[in-house]
Amino acid sequence: MIEVRDLVKEYINGKEKTRVLRGVSFGIKKGEFVAIMGPSGSGKSTLMHILGALDTPTSGVYQLEGQDVSKLETDELARIRKAKIGFVFQAFHLLPRATVLRNVALPLIYAGVAREEREKRAKEALLSAGLDESRHLHLSNQLSGGQMQRVAIARALVNDPAIILADEPTGNLDSKTGDLVLETFQNLHTQGRTVILITHEPYVADHADRVLVIKDGELVEDRDNSQKNQKQYESR
Amino acid sequence: MLEEIYLGISSNKVRSGLTMLGIVIGIASVIAMLSVGQGAKASIEANIQSIGSNLLLVMPGAQRGAGSFVSSGRGSAQSLTVEDADALMTIAGVMAVAPESSRRYQVTAKGNNTNTQVIGTNQAYLSVRNVAIDTGSFFTAQQITSRSKVAVLGPTTRDDLFGVDANAIGEKIRINGMNFTVIGLTVAKGGSGMSNQDDAIYIPVSTMQTFLSGSESVSTISVQAQDQASMAEAQVAITNTLLTRHKISSPDQADFNVMNQSDLATAASSVTNTLSLLLASIAGISLLVGGIGIMNMMLTTVTERTREIGLRQAIGAEKAEIVWQFLGEAVLVTLLGGLIGMLIGYGASKAISTFAGMNTSVAWSSVALAVGVSASIGLVFGFYPARRAAKLNPIQALRYE
Repeated sequence: MIEVRDLVKEYINGKEKTRVLRGVSFGIKKGEFVAIMGPSGSGKSTLMHILGALDTPTSGVYQLEGQDVSKLETDELARIRKAKIGFVFQAFHLLPRATVLRNVALPLIYAGVAREEREKRAKEALLSAGLDESRHLHLSNQLSGGQMQRVAIARALVNDPAIILADEPTGNLDSKTGDLVLETFQNLHTQGRTVILITHEPYVADHADRVLVIKDGELVEDRDNSQKNQKQYESR
Repeated sequence: MLEEIYLGISSNKVRSGLTMLGIVIGIASVIAMLSVGQGAKASIEANIQSIGSNLLLVMPGAQRGAGSFVSSGRGSAQSLTVEDADALMTIAGVMAVAPESSRRYQVTAKGNNTNTQVIGTNQAYLSVRNVAIDTGSFFTAQQITSRSKVAVLGPTTRDDLFGVDANAIGEKIRINGMNFTVIGLTVAKGGSGMSNQDDAIYIPVSTMQTFLSGSESVSTISVQAQDQASMAEAQVAITNTLLTRHKISSPDQADFNVMNQSDLATAASSVTNTLSLLLASIAGISLLVGGIGIMNMMLTTVTERTREIGLRQAIGAEKAEIVWQFLGEAVLVTLLGGLIGMLIGYGASKAISTFAGMNTSVAWSSVALAVGVSASIGLVFGFYPARRAAKLNPIQALRYE
């Protein structure tokens, strides 16, 4: 599904060249639940931007579902994001004066989906993200943080994307609602979705089945975490 | 997409409303100003048309003594006579000639009295000056020859003397102490001002000269040419005939003036066009200011909604889609403003005509102009902010605080 080889990203700031990613390679299969973990400044955000087709690498290859995404133009990247990627952000990024339903249906407008179909799919996505019908017509700024993040997750799902990219999704939440959101991601994973979680917290990363650790722009660890997760489930 | 645009505007109603107000005022003033200009033009044109068609007016010029350079002013000469008018009839291309000797008199009937214009003329006046008879009849050539004391009243004069819509035919009126019999009423023409043909009394020119003015001269000779094409030729012929009759060798010394109706119309319409242009350009400036207001609002909006733009980009909006979103918002604001402004401008023009008594007319072309202009203001002044929105880098836009 995802194939990353020798990914390098450099920023040129005046005369100084900063190498944020120094040749990262890995692959992610369909249906995996992966956490990309690293301290701030490690390059994990840059990696997320490239994986999310918001940015392109300086060199190296990024293949998403067999398509090379590493050398595309602005609008071509937008079309990749429209069709294949669902984002969940730390700051939720909901339209404040719009209803929950409209927020979730927003990506479908750009995908050119008809109105009735939009509503139907938005409702389905909200149910998979764990928000029942009673809240669908609330304005998004009337919701609690945990509910907001689940609306954002529903929005990420609505296009039926190849991957769901979550950038510090629990960063703005208290630990209890954070757990609820992480549970939502686990549910999506069990429904067969590919989820990539970007975080600096080992606790959050531990919810994933596989943890990629990034440090100073390099991949330093690729750990299978499924056993541990299994135990967590059993111990409950 | 339309829904998105609408929601974009409605999310900040106060600001959108205030910005819209700039366009509303601009469009409303354009419409109102143009309607005043159009109305002035229409009423001046109607006035000129109501004088008659293909009309040449011969007026007395300045009186001069032989060899003297002392002029007593234009129109003061008593140089034109009924015989001059008769002589003009023989010119080719002239269809009808009506001499007029007019003066204001006190007129009484049944205890009512009024001061009005008494016009002594002949039977050709009706066709030359575009006047029609409502009831009764106009005087005949026979009555002119016999100096009959008969009078035809304009509807306003009839109202003043006998009451509104009274049948005055056969009644007696006294003009300057002399009895006249009313034999006809003219159709209302709706003129106004000094030359109101509704407020006049028409009597035979011979009667006027013999019993009222006591002078051989006439104040105007109206000449109707056959058609538009023969007017210039007729004007020259009239000048030459009168110069010969008055024994004047040089046209510079002429004791009369020949005025062409189309000259009047052209001069008047160029004045009103200038007036319209002036009014419209004042209003246009307010539209420009409104447009700058739009640009200001859209730039603020784009900055304020940077994060939203970042999100839209992240979920797959292409550049063109971002441009359309913001351009659409600008155009919707200006178009709504234009429509509201149009209604207010229409109302204002009605109010002007009601309260200020001025003629106004809202032309369809100025409505189309207002809508077109307001939409294009949105496009022009919204384009730069929309481009700026589309050029944002999604990563930075998402992080924008």
